[in-house]
Amino acid sequence: INCCQMRLSVARLFRASRQLNNVVNGKWTTTHYTIKDRSKDPRWADVDMTRVTDEYDVVIVGGGPGGLSAAIRLRQLAEKAGKECRVCVVEKAAELGAHTLSGAVIETRALDELFPNWSELGAPVYQKVTAESIGILTEKGRIPVPIVPGVPLANHGNYIVRLGHLVKWLGEQAEAAGVEIYPGYAGAEVLYNEDGSVRGVATNDVGIAKDGSPKDSFERGMELHAKCTIFAEGCRGHLSKQVMNKFELKHHEMSYGIGIKELWQIDPAKHRPGYIEHTMGWPLTNTQYGGSFLYHIEGDDGAPLVSVGFVIALDYDNPHMNPYQEFQKYKTHPSIRKQLEGGKRLGYGARALNEGGFQTVPKLAFPGGCLIGCAAGLLNVAKLKGTHNAMKSGMVAAETIFPDLESNTTVTPTGYQPALNQTYVIKELKACRNIRPSFNSSLGMYGALAYSGLFYVIGRGMEPWTLQHGKPDNEKLKKKEAAKPIDYPKPDGKLTFDLLTSVSLTGTNHEENQPAHLTLLNDSVPVDVNLAQFGGPEAKFCPAGVYEFVPSEADPNQSRLQINAQNCIHCKTCDIKDPTQNINWVSPQGGEGPKYNGM
Amino acid sequence: LAVIQGRMRVLVGVKRVVDYAVKVRVKPDKTGVITEGVQHSINPFDEIALEEAVKLKEKKQATEVVAFSMGGAKCQEVLRTALAKGADKAIHVEISDEDVSKLEPLHVARTLRKIIENDKFDIVFLGKQAIDDDASQTGSLLAGMLNWPQALYASKVETDGQSLKVTREIDGGLDTIKVSLPAVLSADLRLNEPRYATLPNIMKAKKKPLEKKSAKDLGVDLAPQTTVLEVSEPPVRQAGGFVDDVSTLITRLKEKGFVKA
Repeated sequence: INCCQMRLSVARLFRASRQLNNVVNGKWTTTHYTIKDRSKDPRWADVDMTRVTDEYDVVIVGGGPGGLSAAIRLRQLAEKAGKECRVCVVEKAAELGAHTLSGAVIETRALDELFPNWSELGAPVYQKVTAESIGILTEKGRIPVPIVPGVPLANHGNYIVRLGHLVKWLGEQAEAAGVEIYPGYAGAEVLYNEDGSVRGVATNDVGIAKDGSPKDSFERGMELHAKCTIFAEGCRGHLSKQVMNKFELKHHEMSYGIGIKELWQIDPAKHRPGYIEHTMGWPLTNTQYGGSFLYHIEGDDGAPLVSVGFVIALDYDNPHMNPYQEFQKYKTHPSIRKQLEGGKRLGYGARALNEGGFQTVPKLAFPGGCLIGCAAGLLNVAKLKGTHNAMKSGMVAAETIFPDLESNTTVTPTGYQPALNQTYVIKELKACRNIRPSFNSSLGMYGALAYSGLFYVIGRGMEPWTLQHGKPDNEKLKKKEAAKPIDYPKPDGKLTFDLLTSVSLTGTNHEENQPAHLTLLNDSVPVDVNLAQFGGPEAKFCPAGVYEFVPSEADPNQSRLQINAQNCIHCKTCDIKDPTQNINWVSPQGGEGPKYNGM
Repeated sequence: LAVIQGRMRVLVGVKRVVDYAVKVRVKPDKTGVITEGVQHSINPFDEIALEEAVKLKEKKQATEVVAFSMGGAKCQEVLRTALAKGADKAIHVEISDEDVSKLEPLHVARTLRKIIENDKFDIVFLGKQAIDDDASQTGSLLAGMLNWPQALYASKVETDGQSLKVTREIDGGLDTIKVSLPAVLSADLRLNEPRYATLPNIMKAKKKPLEKKSAKDLGVDLAPQTTVLEVSEPPVRQAGGFVDDVSTLITRLKEKGFVKA
């Protein structure tokens, strides 16, 4: 296999090098058509740009728990009413679940509603939480935090799942219910009607060379028109971002975290199926929000698996911060090391997640469409759960859209947000709304614990005020001179690992000869601003080694940015944390990116 | 067998294999690699074979391209992709999951021969090898069984309708041969760059015919000829060392027995 893989990539390198490099005059140059307009490009003058179109009742962008729940609910309603209803789900991953990454401990309340008999139907939800603990880590020690009822991280009655497997199962149910699902095709462009309402989406073009010119194999994407388009792209979805700007849906910038996760098979003697633990504190400083999760789950063949991960809020101010390295460091803590030692790492991945909660949920409906799930910022960071909210929001969206499908040509789901406000989704978020921002005082973690203890555990979030998050995450970075560099230990190859070995576990790949999908609004900013003022934070916060600063070919004493787009695992952190928002993540060709299995 | 120009029928073998970007792991019982839940796709060399067959059709040298796959139920996904990429029809020989794990190139060759007995094809186009077993045997076995000429590791295929002119990649360079029809061909990497399966074509592929057959009905014996004794990961690469000069290098090489003292 090795010989062929090498020959495959060597051959592709040959073909790619025949084309123009992305580096022009010693500087990284963005060639993607979203930045370099093709209508003015002579190389595209004779290319036929017409697209095949198809009409649906509802098109859903994103085949995750939210999107699939919306699709299933629509078909359930259609079936019950004896009506036709064409529902289409497009998903950029090659298979459902391949881009899904989560802890995850879920509340089954949404699943219970969608499929009351989910257990008989064989849903891969079987590992009940049997024991739990919360701790505050210090460099060598651990202070236990009591779990009283009302503590947001109390998980009695919940299930540990491998979310990618649940997503795959939901996909099977959706297909059985008559949903048309197309994995391997990314939503690439939002389409609009004459009146400015959303008309649907177009999938990605294929066969564009690295330098932005059309290859012989160039094919246009397809237009999927719908009466209503549901955006279920997950956290910081790129089409959701556009739509939020176009319809001015945000009243407050969203706030995020990055979650990095590994799947381990540990020594069976150390395995306690159903045991979960969450920690805060070390290795983060008192004023850096974040923490870990560690869940013991039995694999379907009885394998002693552990899902372990670290979440770091992206409002950190130290540009030298490297979330991946913080995670590796965390694993060396005695209480964690003793669980993982002797085990084998099976998987690795990362994804940005929403932390803004109630304060940052935007307006959700707009002419011709709506946002659901994490694209709508519905994750409850205090509980560290977003799946049940994503599913429920999908179902509510479906329930408010369905009655209008018959009469209208374009459906604006005006009833969706009011209906959602009446559900546990928004009620929960409202009750937890002050927990995350309570961290932002100089008291840091201890302030948050005191606040949560008083106002959430006891007061149930009924305090009349709402704390704010402050500036957007990307604006909180200090200049590099104003921050302390951080020393990270070298990986030992058994418990901690180097970045590229980790990336290889994701199975990620992108066709080499295509424009980099990490686009820059201004090609000079990475060196002139990011590197000069902040020391190149993108080379530190990317959990896949996409960004590097290397000596420039034009002048070896100067640096230039190198974007290794092939490594990208679609986490969206760069899109969030770039100090001047210069990086705009767009979808690469469909079917690419990571190939997570049950992550 | 003389073939009238433009009437060739091509049978393309497409295998469902673990996706090449996935990091493969050995099963705990060491009988094979883990395939459950792991992402699969069409064997890259088979994609290239399919592309060449479809190109022959577009050049009006072939009239029909039929995709063939042998394996479990999920082979249908690979066949749908083949239909979306230009195949006209698909044949799925479905076998039980247990038989899949013991399937050998000999069985596939026998099955292909049975299919061809009942259905005339002028070219059987396979990928040069599958990236899971790297066996590279099916084409040769089939050619032997059918007593057909074989042109393997093709990097260029030309035809005048009567015979094929195939350029093959071999260790010493390029070997160009004239091959009469019918023939077995296998595709090497540089033969072409496969087209993408566009979404409209994926949708249309649902309506193209997909025929199911069983190995039993075809009368193919699936008894394994080989038993896998053990599958293990390659040894972990040991760290090397640096030396300062050539004489130290020679000393080290002698110490390790690579150079005679």
